[in-house]
Amino acid sequence: MIEYALQFGFAAASLALLLNLWRLLRGPALMDRVLAVDTMVINIIALIVLAGIHERSTIFFEAALLFAMFGFISTVAYCRFILRGDVIE
Amino acid sequence: MTFVLELLVSLLIVGGGAFLLIGSIGMVKLPDLLTRLHAPTKATTLGVGGALVASMVFFAGLEGTLSIHEVLITAFLFMTAPISAHFIAKAHLHEHTELRDGLPPTGRPVGWSTFDAAPGAGEADEDDGRRGAHD
Repeated sequence: MIEYALQFGFAAASLALLLNLWRLLRGPALMDRVLAVDTMVINIIALIVLAGIHERSTIFFEAALLFAMFGFISTVAYCRFILRGDVIE
Repeated sequence: MTFVLELLVSLLIVGGGAFLLIGSIGMVKLPDLLTRLHAPTKATTLGVGGALVASMVFFAGLEGTLSIHEVLITAFLFMTAPISAHFIAKAHLHEHTELRDGLPPTGRPVGWSTFDAAPGAGEADEDDGRRGAHD
């Protein structure tokens, strides 16, 4: 039963990633693209966690945690750059 | 007992996947950025939370290896999603200054928050608001 649920989860997260990619390419505002990348990172974390359940391995969580941190930091750094023209003042 | 746990994990995965998909469909369908911000910050965060809780139940209940990583990732995501959404909205407002003209008057001696400094704010805060607005 978990296998079927996992297949649905993989399909949903992958389709969500494709929709985010469409928004990333389409824009139109600059911040739309930043938002699309931020959402893509969250979808990738969900994919990694589902892959961890699929492989029955806990080794994937470090990767998910790293993605979460880098996604957040890059979003904030980019917004900071747009707001102030500099990341670290 | 095993069946109940498997059912719970499956329901959480399906619910999480559905929320991920709804969040991304919302980001494609909604009309402009400030409405589009709602879909990923609420639905997608809930979706990834569902997947992480499913993973936690799966490893603790069925595999017998309790891991605390999922709680860490969930807490981190739930803390950072509002912050990044706030930053994106603020950067968008300062990038498109014509959005400021559509705002109604505040009815108070100070203007709207991110464009004007707060009343009685220190020099650092005032500097933050002014420079961001006019850059």
